[in-house]
Amino acid sequence: MAVCIAVIAKENYPLYIRSVPTQGELKFHYTVHTSLDVVEEKISGVGKALADQRELYLGLLYPTEDYKVYGYVTNSKVKFVIVVDSSNTSLRDNEIRSMFRKLHNSFTDVMCNPFYNPGDPIQSKAFDGIVSAMMVQAS
Amino acid sequence: METHEEKPIIYTMENKPIVTYAGDQTLFTALYTSLTQQLPREPMEWRRSYGRAPKMIYLEANFVQFKEELLPKEGNKALLTFPFLHIYWTDCCDTEVYKASVKEDMQRWQGVLRLHGSADWLIVVVENDNKKKNKTNILPRTSILDKIRNDFCNKQSDRCVSLSEPLKESSRSQESWSSFLTKLRTLLLMSFTRNLGRFEDDMRTLREKRTEPGWSFCDYFMVQEELAFVFEMLQQFEDALVQYDELDALFTQYVLNFGAGDGANWLCSFCQPVRSWNGLLLRRPIDMEKRDLIQRGDASLLDLRSYLFSRQCTLLIFLQRPWEVTARALELLHTCVQELRLLEVSVVCGALDCWVFLSCLEVLHRIEGCCERSQLEANYSHTVGLWTYATEKLKALGDLCGLVSENGPNSEDLNRTVDLLAGLGAERPETAQSLQSPYKKLKEALSSVEAFEKHYLELSHAAMEMYRAIGRLRSARLVGKSLAEFYMRKGDPQSAELFLLDSLKSFVSESWSLPLTHTRRQIAECQKQLQKMDEYLQTSALLASDTNLSHEERKHFCQEILTFASQPEGKGQAKVSLSMSSLGVLQELIFCPASAVVHVGAELQMELHVCSLQPLPVCVQQFSAALHFSTDPPGTHRRSAQQASGSVVFPALSPVSVSPALELCEVTELSPSDSALSSAGVACKNTHLLMRRPDSATSLQTGGTAATSALEEAEHMLRATDITLQPGHNTISFSAPSQKPGTYTLRQLCATLGRVQFVLPHLYPVVQYEVYSQEPQLSIQPLTECLLAGLPQQVQFCIQTGHYSVKKGDALQLSNTDSMPVLHTHTCSARIRNSSGDVVCESALSIQSSEKVTSISLPATPAYHTLEFQLEVLCRIPACPAAARVESERLTNGQISHRARSRTRYSSGTAIIDQKVSIDCPWSIYSTLVSLTFHVPFKVKHSLLTAGRRKFVQVCLQNVSDTNFRLTNQTLTENQDTPSLELLSLNTKTHCVVFSQQCVFSVWELRWSDAPPVSLQCVFSASFAPADAPDTHLKPYTHQFSLERVSTVYSVRADISPAAGDGECRCGSLCRLEVSITRLTEHTDAERSDEEYSDTDGLRTCRLLYEVMDNSSNWAVCGKSSGVVSMPTAAMATHKVQMEIMPLFAGSLPFPSIRLFRYLPHQANASVQPDSDSCVESDSVSVVERGVEECDSASVRSRSSVCSSSDGPRGLPMPRRQALGPAQVFSSTQSRQVRVLPAADHHQLEINVT
Repeated sequence: MAVCIAVIAKENYPLYIRSVPTQGELKFHYTVHTSLDVVEEKISGVGKALADQRELYLGLLYPTEDYKVYGYVTNSKVKFVIVVDSSNTSLRDNEIRSMFRKLHNSFTDVMCNPFYNPGDPIQSKAFDGIVSAMMVQAS
Repeated sequence: METHEEKPIIYTMENKPIVTYAGDQTLFTALYTSLTQQLPREPMEWRRSYGRAPKMIYLEANFVQFKEELLPKEGNKALLTFPFLHIYWTDCCDTEVYKASVKEDMQRWQGVLRLHGSADWLIVVVENDNKKKNKTNILPRTSILDKIRNDFCNKQSDRCVSLSEPLKESSRSQESWSSFLTKLRTLLLMSFTRNLGRFEDDMRTLREKRTEPGWSFCDYFMVQEELAFVFEMLQQFEDALVQYDELDALFTQYVLNFGAGDGANWLCSFCQPVRSWNGLLLRRPIDMEKRDLIQRGDASLLDLRSYLFSRQCTLLIFLQRPWEVTARALELLHTCVQELRLLEVSVVCGALDCWVFLSCLEVLHRIEGCCERSQLEANYSHTVGLWTYATEKLKALGDLCGLVSENGPNSEDLNRTVDLLAGLGAERPETAQSLQSPYKKLKEALSSVEAFEKHYLELSHAAMEMYRAIGRLRSARLVGKSLAEFYMRKGDPQSAELFLLDSLKSFVSESWSLPLTHTRRQIAECQKQLQKMDEYLQTSALLASDTNLSHEERKHFCQEILTFASQPEGKGQAKVSLSMSSLGVLQELIFCPASAVVHVGAELQMELHVCSLQPLPVCVQQFSAALHFSTDPPGTHRRSAQQASGSVVFPALSPVSVSPALELCEVTELSPSDSALSSAGVACKNTHLLMRRPDSATSLQTGGTAATSALEEAEHMLRATDITLQPGHNTISFSAPSQKPGTYTLRQLCATLGRVQFVLPHLYPVVQYEVYSQEPQLSIQPLTECLLAGLPQQVQFCIQTGHYSVKKGDALQLSNTDSMPVLHTHTCSARIRNSSGDVVCESALSIQSSEKVTSISLPATPAYHTLEFQLEVLCRIPACPAAARVESERLTNGQISHRARSRTRYSSGTAIIDQKVSIDCPWSIYSTLVSLTFHVPFKVKHSLLTAGRRKFVQVCLQNVSDTNFRLTNQTLTENQDTPSLELLSLNTKTHCVVFSQQCVFSVWELRWSDAPPVSLQCVFSASFAPADAPDTHLKPYTHQFSLERVSTVYSVRADISPAAGDGECRCGSLCRLEVSITRLTEHTDAERSDEEYSDTDGLRTCRLLYEVMDNSSNWAVCGKSSGVVSMPTAAMATHKVQMEIMPLFAGSLPFPSIRLFRYLPHQANASVQPDSDSCVESDSVSVVERGVEECDSASVRSRSSVCSSSDGPRGLPMPRRQALGPAQVFSSTQSRQVRVLPAADHHQLEINVT
């Protein structure tokens, strides 16, 4: 399904980033990092027009020839980015949304862990499991 | 809008719905102009089927002469050429003419229409007044219209309209026009609705057949496009676009299904290898070449997509939505690439890149062509994606064709280039003349290395600038990074480094470690090529400590540093300073001793724990720390980070973008006047770190890669040499300099390896240690809780040598005092402790004592050590503690001490002796005075007891200490050797134990044979020792006291007898009190001095004041309670006084007390002698108390009235009374009681028992 899933802190440093091992990890880091430009653009745009709608899903951030990058931002400005292979055409917007929702729920669980220090890289196994499930589910 | 002359006119956007005209040609020609002008003037509502929203529509029409060929044949789906309305024009107003020719013509026209099933027609009858006037045989004009209606419009009377005087400017004419136009529009719309509806139904049927074999997408495409054309013709671009979008979606779905294994036959035609990649063509409204290809079924996938997009683009631009074009274009390009992959279409390598590149530029040109510059600039976010995409593709082409390499393309590359150019075909005629076109650009770029570079740079810079303009810095830097890679391949590291450093910035500031490492490695390569050694080493250091790299790579970079470091240092070359953070991470600093406070010259060890990040062992020649020295008094700096265990833990490095934690501290402010708290608050100590602007923060962090700040020159340094830092944990030991007292703060750390230095410019948290200097000090402390006087006591001498080192031969000189001798003990040893309290050595002390001085020679003791020894001293108890001895004694140093060397105080019933010891120390010319406090263990009270003439002395000894004592040999002696005086001990035991806080009483009887002694000086002495000590430890204890006026002079006796007639005293009834005072002794000379005598009637008398007092309010004295009697001085003289008293309670009541005083009348003026009774009872009676000075002694204080002489009015002559000594009066009725019955008539019995 997803080829890369990243959680980025409010200050834009990565809290968690994982990609399919077959493809270059570095490339995804660059892609996700660059996507922050669009995320920031969308957040600031959302802030003006859709502040009351509480829409966390940012939609397709930008497509490339090979990948589609989707974004999501929590109320605390933590960003989720999911990169999907372009050839994977079976994925609909709704499925991406539900992936983000799942990710957000798991992330909330991580945050609720009293032993987790907010701002540290996420090392939760449960979270890792959720992410793995999203990446394995490839059709 | 460019018009293409060669193409049939119907395919331009000038298309209008076709309306045919028949009938009177000249008439129509006359009306044509106004008709075409007026038709689109007003909109018409178009209600549509399938629930589509109604639209206002402006109608236009293309009027064509009616021909039969125009009517569509069966099966022809062309809609554009379809005549929607047929109009027959006539101005016939003559019935004859009508019948003769017009009707026939009309019938023929109608016949043709009916044959083709066309029901959309209209007959227009134009009425002209001119014509009417000329004709004479005029029928009523309605009749022609009616006739036509009758003949042709069976039920549709509205299909025939009249237009009156159309060429005249009159209101009638206008009305007529307007109604005619409305009719025309209505009919046109009806025709549209009907024909388009039918067409759509057919189209849908065709679409439903798509699963049948033989169905062709291309055919269907043509059909639906026809509909799109019509909508476009009707200016309904939205609807037209919908048609294309539907086609697009349908095609996409088929491709996807193909990918999923469900291939349609017709798709095979699209799977043919791509032979032409000449990009999109957006300059024509309709690309007929491609359309023909589709129509013929020869189109490749790219052709179809290109055509479809060009149509969508055209419509979107009509709709004023250029930005959607760019978004769709990007999507299209991505989709095409994907679809070609999905369909496994064979494409020449690089062909797609060409196609994408050309298409991107074509779209951009198209958009630029229809937008203003400002508009473009505001919408960079929409176009920049295409720019980047084009850049990427050009780069890929460059790579493919060998245009990026330093050597230029080889023959293989050239062949490939030729193939690619061939696929482009010839340039399209539209752009052939223009100087710039995507085609020309690509061709030029592929032609030579230089041209490629020019175009690539142009595109890259354009994309970067656009990204910057819209604030997408990360994207701009990514483009810059690929530009840097290009420069690197071109062998231009200088340009590459700039871009890499720029993109490094955002990775550093947002701590993306993987891209950071990658970029840094590229930078390292640049710097190496540029021979920027400082920077290269800095980067290498960072890379060597980077865990994202493989161990081999890290080793490589580490080796680079080591190699450089080992090169011989050139003259005048400064050392290369690198950041310490890449070498290792400071973990902990441990002080030994833990307090980090040492005396001057003492050893202070510091242990620094460093975790080396380098993959190889690093041999550091010198590890040094600059110290900042300040002479501030110790304790002025707070060392908050230093823990009690002596360790300073350095905080672990947090992600750089995370702001450091707040360091808060309490702030309290005291007001200067009354030092009351005026404000309290919390302050943040590291605001300078937190409040930094974000951009300056990044520049500070990247400063790590740039040269670090120069090493401070410091006076004091910590040094450790030749240390090998192993990867991982290391410990470095320093011994800290402590020559000068003050505070030392660690400022900078520096590790030197040959030509390279690793510098940590600031150490955080603050690490400090203190060095102090101390004066020697002597103190004497008791070993027990309190020192007891009279017994040998151990005291501890403690010498803190401070900066003075005790040499052999140095001695303490104690000046001896009688009150506290120093006792010799043969085994006296001194212990020497170092500053941390450990015993260093023990050595014997020699003590020599002379008459004046006790000299203790000290063992040699180094500075800042503690010398301890114990001495036994004995503080003698002063024989008479009542009187403090004030004496001045000569001290050994010749000075006269005017203060008492020992002073006795009293605190809480215990006598305390403060003993001063004067000691001469070798380090000072002044003597040291040390005060020791001794507690007297006993308190002694004595009392003289009387029984008639017999006298007894009672001594009460109370142990006030906490120790139990054994007491022996209690003796009482008289000092003055009074003759015939005998002290008879009545004590039975000679030994007894006095427990803590308990008393021992001992009694002696005084006996004398001749004249009684006036005063006695007595000494009570006893031996005491702690209860468990042997007899040899017994120490004497003496107590001196004196007794005065020992013998009894008066005896007082009282009798209470009931009133006459009563057998017993009764409560409430008067009784008689008889007081008899008897003088027991003859007048003696000894008394003369203090007695006042008066000779009256030749008899020597002395006046006595008696007083009956009842303190417990048992008695009520009736009448006078006191009086003055004259007593003869002869022995056994008796005086009786009677008075009446009344018992107030029943029971056994004690006698009221009777007191005697010597009465001293005022001598100065005897004549003014007031009534003695009143005088005595008044407050102003002054009392002279003898023996006041004895108040502290054991003698009994005389009880007397509280008046003091100073209270009385001085001027008034007053009689005085003088107390008799307590032993001089013996009251024989003391503590006697008398029985008192309750009052007889009382019903209630009231008994008071005392």
